[in-house]
Amino acid sequence: MKPSPFDYIRAASAEEALDGLAAHGEDARILAGGLSLVPMLNFRLVEPAMVIDISGIGALDYIRLDNGAVEIGAATRQSALERWDGIADRLPLVHAAFPHIGHYQTRSRGTVCGSVAHSDPSSELPLCLAVLGGEAVLRSAAGERRVAASDFQTGMLTTAKRDDEMVAAVRFPVAEPGSGYAFAEMAQRRGDFAIVALAASASGERVRLGVGGVADHPTVRQWDGLAGGALDDALNAFAWELGGYDDVHATARYRRELVRRLGRKVIEEARSCRS
Amino acid sequence: MPQLNRDTRHAISFTLNGKPAQGHAEPRMLLSDFLVHELGLTSVHVGCEHGVCGACTVRIDGAVGRACLTFAVQVDGKKVDTVESLTPEEGGLNELQKSFRSNHGLQCGYCTPGILMSLSAYLEENPKPSEDELRDMLSGHLCRCTGYVNIVRAVMEHVGNAP
Amino acid sequence: MSQTQEKYVGQSIDRVEDAALLTGSAMFSDHLPTRSGTLHAAILRSPHAHAEIAAIDVSRARAMPGVAAVLTGEDVKDISDPFLIVLRQPILQWALAVGKVRYVGEPVVVALATDRYRAEDALSAVEIAYRTLEPAVDPEAATEEGAPLVHEAVGSNIVSVRDFAYGDPDAAFAEADRVVKLKISYPRNSHTPLEGFVASVAYDAATESYDVQSNFQGPYSTHTVISKALRVSSSRLRMRTPAFSGGGFGVKVQVFPYIVLMGAASKIVGRPVKWVEDRLEHLSGAAAAPNRVISIEAAVKNDGTITGFRFDQLDDYGAFLRAPMPGPLYRMHGILTGAYDVKNLAVTNRLVLTNKCPSGMIRGFGGPQMYYAIERLVQRIAVELELDHYEVIRKNLVPAGVFPYRAAAGALLDSGDYPAALEKAEKEGKLAELRKRRDEARAEGRLYGIGFAAIVEPAQSNMGYLSNILPLEERRKNPKGGAVSNATVNIDPLGTVNVTADSIPQGQGHMTVLSQIVADNLGLKPGDIHVNLEHDTAKDAWSIATGNYSSRFTSSTAVAADRAAKKARAKLARIASQTLNVPADRLEFGNGKIYAADNPDNAVNLYRVAGSAHWTPGNLPDDMEPGIREIGSWSPPELEPPNDKDQINSSLTYGFVFDFCGVEIDRDTGAVKIDKYVTMHDSGTLLNPRLAEGQVHGAFAWAVGCALHEEFAYGEDGSFLNGTFADYLVPTAWEVPEPQIVHMETPSLVTPLGAKGVGEGNCMSTPVCIANAVCDALGIENVTLPLSPNKVSALIHGEERPPPDGAEAPSAAREVAGNVIAGAGEAFVKSPPGEVWAALLDPEKLASVIPGCHALERVDENDYRAEVSIGAGPVKGRFKANVRLSDLDPPNAATLTGALTGMLGLSEGSGRVTLAPKDGGTALSYDYRIEVSGTVAAVGGRMLEGAARALVRQFFERFATVLGGGEVAVADEAAPSWWTRLLAALGIGR
Repeated sequence: MKPSPFDYIRAASAEEALDGLAAHGEDARILAGGLSLVPMLNFRLVEPAMVIDISGIGALDYIRLDNGAVEIGAATRQSALERWDGIADRLPLVHAAFPHIGHYQTRSRGTVCGSVAHSDPSSELPLCLAVLGGEAVLRSAAGERRVAASDFQTGMLTTAKRDDEMVAAVRFPVAEPGSGYAFAEMAQRRGDFAIVALAASASGERVRLGVGGVADHPTVRQWDGLAGGALDDALNAFAWELGGYDDVHATARYRRELVRRLGRKVIEEARSCRS
Repeated sequence: MPQLNRDTRHAISFTLNGKPAQGHAEPRMLLSDFLVHELGLTSVHVGCEHGVCGACTVRIDGAVGRACLTFAVQVDGKKVDTVESLTPEEGGLNELQKSFRSNHGLQCGYCTPGILMSLSAYLEENPKPSEDELRDMLSGHLCRCTGYVNIVRAVMEHVGNAP
Repeated sequence: MSQTQEKYVGQSIDRVEDAALLTGSAMFSDHLPTRSGTLHAAILRSPHAHAEIAAIDVSRARAMPGVAAVLTGEDVKDISDPFLIVLRQPILQWALAVGKVRYVGEPVVVALATDRYRAEDALSAVEIAYRTLEPAVDPEAATEEGAPLVHEAVGSNIVSVRDFAYGDPDAAFAEADRVVKLKISYPRNSHTPLEGFVASVAYDAATESYDVQSNFQGPYSTHTVISKALRVSSSRLRMRTPAFSGGGFGVKVQVFPYIVLMGAASKIVGRPVKWVEDRLEHLSGAAAAPNRVISIEAAVKNDGTITGFRFDQLDDYGAFLRAPMPGPLYRMHGILTGAYDVKNLAVTNRLVLTNKCPSGMIRGFGGPQMYYAIERLVQRIAVELELDHYEVIRKNLVPAGVFPYRAAAGALLDSGDYPAALEKAEKEGKLAELRKRRDEARAEGRLYGIGFAAIVEPAQSNMGYLSNILPLEERRKNPKGGAVSNATVNIDPLGTVNVTADSIPQGQGHMTVLSQIVADNLGLKPGDIHVNLEHDTAKDAWSIATGNYSSRFTSSTAVAADRAAKKARAKLARIASQTLNVPADRLEFGNGKIYAADNPDNAVNLYRVAGSAHWTPGNLPDDMEPGIREIGSWSPPELEPPNDKDQINSSLTYGFVFDFCGVEIDRDTGAVKIDKYVTMHDSGTLLNPRLAEGQVHGAFAWAVGCALHEEFAYGEDGSFLNGTFADYLVPTAWEVPEPQIVHMETPSLVTPLGAKGVGEGNCMSTPVCIANAVCDALGIENVTLPLSPNKVSALIHGEERPPPDGAEAPSAAREVAGNVIAGAGEAFVKSPPGEVWAALLDPEKLASVIPGCHALERVDENDYRAEVSIGAGPVKGRFKANVRLSDLDPPNAATLTGALTGMLGLSEGSGRVTLAPKDGGTALSYDYRIEVSGTVAAVGGRMLEGAARALVRQFFERFATVLGGGEVAVADEAAPSWWTRLLAALGIGR
């Protein structure tokens, strides 16, 4: 299990990295924390001609409040967000999700943007981004665009990002006052990728529920004033819409079961957190 | 750093356990292979090469990382610490290592240096973890010998949280 | 001053191994120096469960930079022989596949290069053409008439059948009040040491000998298999094993085929060769404990007394029978009645081969499977008779006071008091409180259950147990038994003590225990004893029983060391008796001195006495050899060959383990939580209690994994599905609770130190104890491990709530099972069917719509070969594709059959597309089903699942696209999708 040969650029600036992408396009891969990319390199599932390392770009290592959102740069480690002093107040949903995100040892190297860019359907951070209605900031040598999370993830590990673009930042909307948030997931072991992950926000009578691990990308539904049997019906309909798939760990049916059962729990918890 | 060609062994200078170290590696060489086969470190153990088992865990600029998910060229100019860095100035074992020994917190010892490196960073941030917190952190390592019981005991005793 | 020597045996002293391990200076196999010029090997493995090898082309691989050689099965076959097996059956296996592959992960080609990276590069340039065959995957199906044959020459997949009867089982069953039956299926799993195999071999042409450095763990009976395969005498196969190994658990005997492979490679290329197994190789190709199907019956009386057992065991050994297989079936043979006093027993043992990884030696070695059947059945007896499970166990135990007790099938239970052990566990483990806890939980509507298991833990295998697989006449010719162990105590000229031994440690702390034993004999401290457990067959004593397995250490090597130390002591005493003028039998050893028992002041330092054997050999007693190098060897007389009634004392010592636990099941998720676990051990005398507890913890943790998480999964086509540690789920510190250990020490009567084995008991007791608790919690008859939340959910959640009215359930075809991906879709094209049809049969258009198609070659009418690069998200692979259109019904329907092969694995599939006129255009509908194997399937579980699945799905959707199907995807502006390309190619546009 050793990678195929590749050329390597340790980019000193975002511009350098983007020039590399412009030059090499789909043959290049961005390396930040390496938690998603390097296992695939080691298995030779990915054989890029060029690896562009952005982990040392200081200008991309930031967490800042900007226009109602928390913006996180591409070189920012997950552990930095986890320890950010505003996380509990500004991003309570992400705060609740953190214990489920990998392990202490992977959060210390893995980046927030890398997780979003990798776009695994059961990853927690892309799910939070989707439920909160956040954005990915995509940058290329030609310019920058912002894509809503719902448009960014297009399928299993696939995104709207072009080959000459990188996820330069992600923007999580700051928690709305009075809203409640909750996160739950079922994984076989601590820190494993979720079989099903669920994130909910509740504001007044409005509820948003996001589900990861069932469809091929995180999917969000919004309901108003649902309770009791109506909520169960809505969750059941949602579960069937998501469909799910069988793999070595779980059946589609089990995934749907978790959507129905844990969906209710996580919505109730989010509602109870409203102030 | 300019673009590094795939076929060339590039010079890498970094600080290893507080001392300057040099070596050469192609861009694709994993840090784990570099430390073991280029620099002759016996403390770095490879268990899965996909970041799950934690046996190769080291500290890179202070943060814990999997050496198998890092390329040697990435540590140029950086500070890498392996379990050798824990040895006190006077030699022997540090207090945590002693606690591992007295609690039988290791058997084959293959996972141990990685676990110690995680702990060395983690206990700086959380010097007195609860057992749950500790087990959560340890879930980033696989151990096939000990059932984790005595690892937990060793750490809890070390931090003064033994029951 | 008192000279009384403190005794170290029995104390929990710190380990002498730990300083090196904790500071990182301990050298594991990959760290050991190799000779300059050593080549590094990488192995290409079969992506198929069953296929003929039609052709292998290594020419491009051989020409790559840094590559010294690329070898195939034919190269290896020229210079080596098939591995010896215990049966006389034409099951021929070389170190690389010859002619045919029989499991996913089977080595097919080995590349040797200046480093591992380049060796792996070479593998990606090897081209192999396979002709796939139907595989035999399920063990029961494999026994049926007409099943695909794993080895045609055998004529059947069942390679051995043996029937045994002890006592009068027919009478017992005829007279029984009731017969309780159960059929169980035990899954495949392995202990997966964190360090993989390492084999470093140098062939010396001058002496025609092989020098091997490997983390091989024995048994050294396998050394014979290696030397025979390499066609040398055993003295020309020097096996060197390191002092430190990153976990063994039995698994590391299975490095032996790779030692043969690297030996052959070294001979062919004339240079030393080193191979380090990686994790994907280990999980797919190292070994698994055999999965087993057991139909078990008990003849019982209404009061719960068991009067007879009947076993029908079908053990699945995978694609080959490798030494020391079929150990798991016969190692437990003498103790098939478990902890129970049951005189009547009937057994049928059948061995079946299937297209899966060969089974091997894994901790527990047959015990987990066998006890799963017995202890599940005892729980069923309690349920069916409406008795308390604990009481049924107690009623049937071998009673106190009958030891040594000859079990029905021949085990000589050496010592114990099982009822007392039960009582101790019940009391100290607070069983009554646990029962109350269950009642309270149930009153609240929670799912809570209690499980029990009582087992006898065998240790130190009789080297003759496997001969019970042979008919009496055959084994009479060459009766086998015994188990020889060796240790050496060497005292050097300055009087320091060095110990070597044949235990081949894998992390258990043998150095420490040997230092305790030798220190006690010589009146020294453990720190004074230098133990070196590197082993070298060219220099150290060894025998066929040498190695680390069957929990043999405490009753074998430890005894040999004790004997060697006693010899050294006797020699020192004779020398000292001259100096001190005291008869040797009146001398004591303590605190580094030898002294007169009745006058401690009359003393001499041990090192001086030892030194005199080197410095002044002339002063030694006349019949005494100079120097002090004493070898202790022993083989316990109780380990006799099987007798004429097929009785076999299959192990030397028999410990007792009794477990109980409480589990709770989450009603929403099906997750099983172990609330409390109590494990009672009587392992005889504990030489170092702390180390013994460590063994219990380790066995328990793996057993929790087996109960809840761990299983090697295979698809119906034999593809292997969990090739990563993200898919083969080893429990972490979060999942493994701390068990409460209760000890009792009844010394063994058959080993001088009184110690029994302790490292395997929980592998046997814990999986079934947890299963019993889950059955109790759910009130169900049977469960199959591992009890994943998914599986338990299916047991508790009943029928799924249907989709809301009007909504359709996704058809089963849209779901993906394991490595099988199936789907269906519809699309609309504006051109009429005739045009679409013509476009599909046009090779140029076909080439233009196959994504990443580099070259499309027409092989025959409607039969094409192409090179394609396809990717999904970040994953990209280059494949060879074969595409065929058949069952043509122009312009209405066609069947597409496709096969992809590449480094990432392969897939095969077919689909049917239909075209129907609609609104002046064509309505296309299609369905497909493909199977995936190789790397993509193996690592396609959790971590890379998304990537692998997307890759495959996308590929087939593109295939479907070629036929004009596919869901209408929204095209990305910058990267036109396959759909827009298809439409463009069809000249239609959107």
